[in-house]
Amino acid sequence: MDADQQKVVDFLQSKTSKTKFYFQDFLEVFPDKGPRDVKKILTGMINAQILEFWSSGSTTMYGLKGRGKQTQAEEG
Amino acid sequence: MAKHATPKLDELESGPWPSFVSDIKQEAKSRARNADSVEYQVPVDAPDDLLGVLELSYTDGETHWKHGGIVGVFGYGGGVIGRYCDQPEMFPGVAHFHTMRVNQPAAKFYTTEFLRGICDIWDMRGSGLTNMHGSTGDIIFLGTQTAQLEEIFYELTHTMNTDLGGSGSNLRTPECCMGPSRCEFACYDTQDLCYTLTQDYQDELHRPAFPYKFKFKFDGCPNGCVASIARSDFSVIGTWKDDIKIDRSAVQAYANGEFKPNAGAHSGRDWGAFDIQAEVVDRCPTRCMRWDGGTLRINNRECTRCMHCINTMPRALKIGDERGASILVGAKAPVLDGAQMGSLLVPFVEVAEPYDAVKEVIENIWDWWMEEGKNRERLGETIKRLSFQKLLEVTNIKPQPVHVKEPRHNPYIFFKEEEVPGGWDRDLEAYRNRHKR
Repeated sequence: MDADQQKVVDFLQSKTSKTKFYFQDFLEVFPDKGPRDVKKILTGMINAQILEFWSSGSTTMYGLKGRGKQTQAEEG
Repeated sequence: MAKHATPKLDELESGPWPSFVSDIKQEAKSRARNADSVEYQVPVDAPDDLLGVLELSYTDGETHWKHGGIVGVFGYGGGVIGRYCDQPEMFPGVAHFHTMRVNQPAAKFYTTEFLRGICDIWDMRGSGLTNMHGSTGDIIFLGTQTAQLEEIFYELTHTMNTDLGGSGSNLRTPECCMGPSRCEFACYDTQDLCYTLTQDYQDELHRPAFPYKFKFKFDGCPNGCVASIARSDFSVIGTWKDDIKIDRSAVQAYANGEFKPNAGAHSGRDWGAFDIQAEVVDRCPTRCMRWDGGTLRINNRECTRCMHCINTMPRALKIGDERGASILVGAKAPVLDGAQMGSLLVPFVEVAEPYDAVKEVIENIWDWWMEEGKNRERLGETIKRLSFQKLLEVTNIKPQPVHVKEPRHNPYIFFKEEEVPGGWDRDLEAYRNRHKR
């Protein structure tokens, strides 16, 4: 995990009240980077299965894989 | 016999129109019969249980579907929407009932082989129920289970040579009219532009990073057969710069009743003799046409491309030769702030490969909206909040009179001091002495 990915993980682990976050929330983690650069970081973490998507159908959010409500619980 | 009694749903079959309830019942019977010996991978009674849960929702007056989910195919953030029933023991066939969105071919030109192929996949690995098509225009597969998602995705991409569509905070599946393939009014190749942008913006389609959904739609002419002006954040509508072409002998033929108006579309009853003055000239919204009983004249400078005259007399009037498109932005359905129609951003752009002029506008808009848009805020709402003038700045487009819909009603173009020769000096203190807050 590189330094940028660690920043994302630290940000997500520092939040206790919720487990899923909008893309915009991650822009605050990287104030010196533009949205496209932040997207590359998050996409890399999705592909590495560190993060996972959650979708309502109209909106999509990101969260740490395995945290919060999971597929098994959704299907239980 | 039906698995669940559905008296409320049965009422929906009593009207004059085809009913989705009848369709679901038909699929339930077909799956139970299984004439083709399909190896169903999801419960055979999924359509029965779908009817059951819907009946329960009608009885309770509230939904029995949970909200969203984390399911998807590897690497994609769109195209799959997790759907779970909150009464899984009563309705096990729809306990998990995920939706998949599939990219339709441009302008929905299908072969029967393709349709049979996707139906075979869905009969085996899904509920068999589809929505052809969703509001965005893509193919909607209704109801499958998590274990089937990657299998379906593999079949779609490897056997059917198509892909999942967009959902969530993504670019949604682009949509276009049939364009020049079947329509003489098309001012540009809608299918080619739609396909090119679908390919070029794969990352935006499958990996969500927008504040909310973003829709492209491509209409070849102002008739707007895919209603881009009403439904898409980025609407490209064909138009022309030069004059409407007039075939005077054909105009006379319409006047004499030799040609049927609207290509004979209004033939269900006797509308009387065709009257060019009443049915064409008087209906022109800008009053830019004149008919003296023998000659039709058009003041093209005043024409707003409403298409009425061309639609009415297609053999006599043709679109101009200097063709391109207008770009409008910010249309949306009424979730927040009510529905909005698109606002004109680019009055005319040439639409030709490699479409760099169109892409430049798109990418400037995205760069701004991704940075400034709030969560769940459509582009039209961002424009409303931060001003159309700001959008003009970020897209490097100079304000023009055509950007103002109604002077004094939406005067969103303000001069800045550096734009006015000599600037202006204001003594705010002196002003406040004269004008109290």
